[in-house]
Amino acid sequence: MTHGKSHFLLGDRGGLVLLASLAVLAVGVPALNLGLGPESALHVPDYMVGLLGKYLCFALLALALDLVWGYAGILSLGHGAFFALGGYAMGMHLMREIGDRGVYGNPDLPDFMVFLNWQELPWYWHGFDNFGFAMLMVVLVPGVLAFVFGWFAFRSRVTGVYLSIITQAMTFALMLAFFRNDMGFGGNNGLTDFKDILGHDLQDPATRAVLFSLSAAAVGAAFVIGRFITASRLGRVLVAIRDAEGRARFLGYRVEYYKLFAWTVSAMMAGVAGALYVPQVGIINPGEFAPPGSIEIVIWVAVGGRGTLYGAVLGAVLVNYAKTYFTGALPELWLFMLGGLFIATTLFLPKGIVGALPMMTDPERGQWRKALAVFRNVGKRKAS
Amino acid sequence: MTPIERDKIEAKDTVLYVDGVSVSFDGFKALNNLSLYVVAGELRAIIGPNGAGKTTMMDVVTGKTRPDEGLVFFQGDIDLTKLDEARIANLGIGRKFQKPTVFETQTVFENLELSLAGRRGVLESLFFKLSAEQGDRIDEMLDRIALAAQRDHLAGSLSHGQKQWLEIGMLLMQEPDVLLVDEPVAGMTDAETEQTAALLREIAGAHSVVVVEHDMEFVRALECRVTVLHEGSVLAEGSLEAVQNDQRVIEVYLGR
Ligand SMILES: Nc1ncnc2c1ncn2[C@@H]1O[C@H](COP(=O)(O)OP(=O)(O)OP(=O)(O)O)[C@@H](O)[C@H]1O
Ligand SMILES: [Mg+2]
Repeated sequence: MTHGKSHFLLGDRGGLVLLASLAVLAVGVPALNLGLGPESALHVPDYMVGLLGKYLCFALLALALDLVWGYAGILSLGHGAFFALGGYAMGMHLMREIGDRGVYGNPDLPDFMVFLNWQELPWYWHGFDNFGFAMLMVVLVPGVLAFVFGWFAFRSRVTGVYLSIITQAMTFALMLAFFRNDMGFGGNNGLTDFKDILGHDLQDPATRAVLFSLSAAAVGAAFVIGRFITASRLGRVLVAIRDAEGRARFLGYRVEYYKLFAWTVSAMMAGVAGALYVPQVGIINPGEFAPPGSIEIVIWVAVGGRGTLYGAVLGAVLVNYAKTYFTGALPELWLFMLGGLFIATTLFLPKGIVGALPMMTDPERGQWRKALAVFRNVGKRKAS
Repeated sequence: MTPIERDKIEAKDTVLYVDGVSVSFDGFKALNNLSLYVVAGELRAIIGPNGAGKTTMMDVVTGKTRPDEGLVFFQGDIDLTKLDEARIANLGIGRKFQKPTVFETQTVFENLELSLAGRRGVLESLFFKLSAEQGDRIDEMLDRIALAAQRDHLAGSLSHGQKQWLEIGMLLMQEPDVLLVDEPVAGMTDAETEQTAALLREIAGAHSVVVVEHDMEFVRALECRVTVLHEGSVLAEGSLEAVQNDQRVIEVYLGR
């Protein structure tokens, strides 16, 4: 293993494979969707663009979780909250963009507020008609929540299971709050019936193709940022904290600040994932805060493999593909399969799928080679 | 000025000043009016039966445990009871844990790199670049702790004794004024134990070194002043000869 000499991106084979795949998807899927007619065998149907776009948003969310779980050892069971908050920020903008085209035709208030007999827009909805402001909120709201939450949790040295439980409590509390009509986020139904984004019809395949490409680009950008962080000394401090927090502290590292940094960056990435998700699926509701959703994210990362970033992406896409398939084919069985998958991964593939791919894991590469060589020699001996 | 404060100021070369420290856990006194003074460059051995409070003493000095009573000063006027672990470490007090603790999933080189003296801020770490001079210092340390051949091995793959050495190397990379070394030779062969004693003797002088150990052969090899702890306070202090012949020390060790 060379030291410090390998480039943070070029030295990461799995990462390069990921970035290349994302580039191919970002260009290829829209081209095959818009450029070819439905009669062509290579045509990508509209629904598939939306589905793949959704997977990419989940991939970004998984990558965000891997940054804190895989590297800093913080097992968040509440990352769905940051995703949902980013989604709501985007949803609020899309609601404002509906203008007077709602059912009630009210130019100042979204439909659900008219329905609740509200007379004016609550203060926290102001500014969301501006796209730039809304995009800022997409990262700021999850970022600030994460910062405040982390400030208290990490400074009080809450770790392990206790930390996981309070992250879960956080998303649960937010879910209950967002279910309430008087919070002003559409209650139960959430925000939906969006019409367009920056003047482009959300039903138009071209708009949807652009959203898809942006999702791929966002995953790529998050990977590069995440890789820059984890390949730096900061990343090694995070791993040090994960493996021996006390040792890191007595070496003079302010453990809480390092955790806070990774945690806040991760929450912002999750917010971006939510913001890209909402226009593609057309709705955001409090169900996105539901605790089981956050647990699923953990499973994606575990299945793909912790601590590589690209493993999380792979896990999110594969598990969600399986979910799409099996919830169609065998809906009653999906949850059992998901649980079984998690248990099987924990028992047989502790490093996830990428951990089992010999060319991906650097330190173990030699081990795999050795194992393969032994295997081959045994075969030869048998043959002779 | 109280007599204690006067002492503190007069004893200029006292690097570590622990005076009248008591710590209790749920009513049990782990430290009981403990006093210990370590001067610059000194090598000091601390012995005592299990539960005597040796590790707790290190916890107090390094900010892990707050004393109920007593004074803990570093370099004359720095009150360690008011500071946290990271701050104390950065001021120049390094600590080796009783159970050797290294970053197992990182290489030996990376373990030393993380321990390099220098600023520890989050953003500084993000943009940190190892200089050639720093790289050389790490390589020198690798030679010194006899791990040059394991430079790029994961620390988790080292033997118990090698981990102890790596952790000592990590302390030295921090360039601390005081090293607190808790049971460094546990799990080492006789030869390794001897080498460790030589290493610690060599380190002392430029640094103050406080070593906790049960192994009497090792303590003898350190050739230094010995403090005997018992039930949270100092029972005896002096040369190993002297304390071994001290009637109370004999009772404590034989009476167990
Ligand atoms: N955090 C804690 N909570 C409760 N009791 C503690 C705590 N830390 C230490 N003790 C108790 O304080 C006493 C002194 O412990 P300490 O670890 O300092 O002993 P020691 O001299 O290092 O012993 P050993 O030689 O076994 O390492 C022991 O009885 C121990 O059980
Ligand atoms: Mg001890």
